[in-house]
Amino acid sequence: MAVKVIIPTPLRVYAAKKDSAEVSARTVGEALGGLTAQFAELRKHLFTDDGKLRSFVNVYLNDEDIRYMAKEATPVKDGDVVSIVPSIAGGSAASNNEIVEG
Amino acid sequence: MATKTQTLNDKPAVTSLSKEEILRYSRHLIMPEVGMEGQLKLKNAKVLLIGTGGLGAPLGLYLAAAGVGKLGLVDFDVVDFTNLQRQVTFGTSDVGKHKSEAARARLSNLNPDIEIQSFETQLTSANALELFRDFDIIVDGTDNFPTRYLVNDACILLGKPNVYGSIFRFEGQATVFGMTDGPCYRCLYPEPPPPGLVPSCAEGGVLGVLPGIVGSIQAMETIKLILGSGDSLVGRLLLFDALGMKFRELKLRKNPDCPMCGKNRTIHQLIDYYEFCGVRGEEAPAPDLQVPEITPRELKARLDRGDDLYVLDVREPHEYQICNINGHLLPLGELPRRVHELDSSREIVAHCRSGKRSAEAVDFLRKAGFRKIHNLKGGILAWSDEVDPSVPKY
Repeated sequence: MAVKVIIPTPLRVYAAKKDSAEVSARTVGEALGGLTAQFAELRKHLFTDDGKLRSFVNVYLNDEDIRYMAKEATPVKDGDVVSIVPSIAGGSAASNNEIVEG
Repeated sequence: MATKTQTLNDKPAVTSLSKEEILRYSRHLIMPEVGMEGQLKLKNAKVLLIGTGGLGAPLGLYLAAAGVGKLGLVDFDVVDFTNLQRQVTFGTSDVGKHKSEAARARLSNLNPDIEIQSFETQLTSANALELFRDFDIIVDGTDNFPTRYLVNDACILLGKPNVYGSIFRFEGQATVFGMTDGPCYRCLYPEPPPPGLVPSCAEGGVLGVLPGIVGSIQAMETIKLILGSGDSLVGRLLLFDALGMKFRELKLRKNPDCPMCGKNRTIHQLIDYYEFCGVRGEEAPAPDLQVPEITPRELKARLDRGDDLYVLDVREPHEYQICNINGHLLPLGELPRRVHELDSSREIVAHCRSGKRSAEAVDFLRKAGFRKIHNLKGGILAWSDEVDPSVPKY
């Protein structure tokens, strides 16, 4: 199945600055696997060392949270959109947290 | 919401508007969706803004202008020049003033008929419940994970709505947490990301208009909660991509196992949120790497003496365009695959903006066998302070 995976802004730096990728997959897990096969650097930001999705990264199939479906085993169909939604905290941004540390 | 707003008031609910107020709010009053009834709800409402920065600016301006009767402003920070690019409450003459007070002055000028309280303090587990108690709605316009979890938990403990917005570069998120029928922040994100895995430094920054848009969405949601009308963002996460100019929305579900708002709550009081988020303090970065250092004055003296030094600038190209000290540009992220471009027999001084990224570069290069290498202490900022003040700081 051809699926589109949307890459959020904070992770684009690990994905050749792309905002999405087309992958072929039968499940959400395979779609994410296809994505990290294209962009190896993304892997550690999405998965723990033992291959589990990190708890602060939420994954949606279309507009549904996969935690409330079959998680990574959730089947996908042609044209589905998988979104990675990490937590972001900015509100004033760059004032203290980001630039000052650099 | 309406009844709650009124019963929570210490003083009796205001039941009429003055002649001046009727004129001021006439564009609300002639809308049936607001009308006199809605305007009185706004006048009787009490909203607490956490943060008066990028998101807090449009929030404060629109809520004050709309006639929200009592606004609380919590911020411990001071206005600096880098804030003015997006924190539109403040003017150049406010630089150096406390944000909560500068915002109070600006909003009082915008609307003298409302009560504005400024709290020049950092929101903490010790003061959050007391601060929140006097308000009906809490609006989260902060910029860090510990405060976001703190705001969420305090709202759940007190049963108050939490109007949430956050931004990163070109992307924004907004929703409403803390309603009895909806999810809380912990339902969405049970845990914060560990400090090392969130992009920082070179990936930072924000387009000034973005907090204006997301903060305005929060202001709209706040007003809808007060009026009790429309479809609120409860149970929906609005995602905004400013570059693609696309809005999307995702379903947010209440997690039955949520430790905060689930049936079997395991969190019954506020905790240490810095510890929870893995940081000791808001500005506590990872412990400094121990690498050989050179001060800006030493570097200047050695360059003036004609020593053969290779100055390596590990910042990003767009930072090099802001200012540079004629270093050779090789961004930290590209170092591993371009390390062969460097000559390990030469003496190298690495620098970045403040010295943190270049310390990583020096550490990496030492592990790769480079021996004659130093980190410029304090980076180009210190160079500007100690050697050449004509180099701009950013």
